[in-house]
Amino acid sequence: MASLLDIRRRIRAVKSTQQITKAMKAISASRLRRAQESMMGARPFANQMERVLGGLAGQVDTSAHPLLTQRAPDAPDRPTLIIVVSADKGLCGGFNSNIVKQAGEVIANASGAGVSLGLVGKKGREFFARRGFDVRFELVDIFASLKYAHAQAIAREAVTAFIEGEVDSVHVVYNEFKNVLQQQVVVNQVLPIKPLVTGDADGERLPDYLYEPDPAQIFDSLIPRHVEVQFYRALLESAAAEHAARLTAMEAATKNATEMIADLTLYMNKVRQAKITGEIIEIVSGAEAI
Amino acid sequence: MPLPEHLILEIVTPERSVVSEQIDEVQIPGTEGSFGVRPGHTPLLATLQVGELWYRRGEETSHVAVSFGFAEVQPDRVTILAQIAESAEDIDVTRATDAEQRAKKRLDTPALDMDFERARIAMLKSLTRLRVASRARNRV
Repeated sequence: MASLLDIRRRIRAVKSTQQITKAMKAISASRLRRAQESMMGARPFANQMERVLGGLAGQVDTSAHPLLTQRAPDAPDRPTLIIVVSADKGLCGGFNSNIVKQAGEVIANASGAGVSLGLVGKKGREFFARRGFDVRFELVDIFASLKYAHAQAIAREAVTAFIEGEVDSVHVVYNEFKNVLQQQVVVNQVLPIKPLVTGDADGERLPDYLYEPDPAQIFDSLIPRHVEVQFYRALLESAAAEHAARLTAMEAATKNATEMIADLTLYMNKVRQAKITGEIIEIVSGAEAI
Repeated sequence: MPLPEHLILEIVTPERSVVSEQIDEVQIPGTEGSFGVRPGHTPLLATLQVGELWYRRGEETSHVAVSFGFAEVQPDRVTILAQIAESAEDIDVTRATDAEQRAKKRLDTPALDMDFERARIAMLKSLTRLRVASRARNRV
């Protein structure tokens, strides 16, 4: 049976762990709020962009644009670029392992030409970098202060690889923020860009615009932005999902610690009483002996 | 249809919404020249270049430095999607001055492999920032 001192020490250790998990929970909660705000902040830009692009798509011959062109079916197979967005830090439940698992499946299902990887976030890099994959680029330590420029950097890599014909398509694997309790791993094809929906979703057409310069030029200058916005969205979603996952994980950890402390305290009291009882018996039997 | 009396101006960047106001007039730096918009303007879609945008509400004028993106004009609404948009108050003058110095140095000491277009744009951006920032200070 453990001694009283050992149990007390154990309780103290669990308590200090609990303080840490509590603090991490509070931090995650405030970071989650901020991440959600930036997600909201990014929405108007993305929505407007899609609306205008949709309107333009009706007027421009979109099939000619290199970023919208599907590879010819008879062309030789080239690798797929898979961009895996994981977190920089752990202690967030199944967040990183889910991403890695899903990315592994995507890699296994990829066509014969194999895959090329783009790794965002330390955890994903740790996993894939040592397994002999062809890594095109990595980007770590960006989630502490996520900027649009990071999305631009990723977009630049992806667009170059695609335009140069080094890869057939570009997919991004990331955790989507559904709500605080749920994250969902999604796989999105970014390039070639899927055909755009022409006109508004609710059937309302864009008014007849004057264009300055002509629609084709505007379209060309918008398409790269569109790619950036998609990556930016993936990053923001992933950041929010990460904080939400950590929040949930830390809440569970704090609860477990509370239970553990209660159990240990009960055990400690039992041990103490057993010890006192033992001592009394000793004294009584000692007195009887005299 | 009567002409609307005001315009709603919205300037958004990928990161946040910078301006969302009811205004009377706005001047936008388009790729093919600056143009002004007042209420009732015919629908227009234009790309932007690095430059200074200003808008007026009553007697009050505000300046914003914008770079790249496009403007969508409708009779009662102007939406600007810009990669970067900073209102005069937000600009960090020291940083902009530094950037200007750097860009100037790069242009002054040309290297073989240097990207002139990028250097030129960097210069243009910093100069625009400084100009916009100075307007903010003049006003107060």
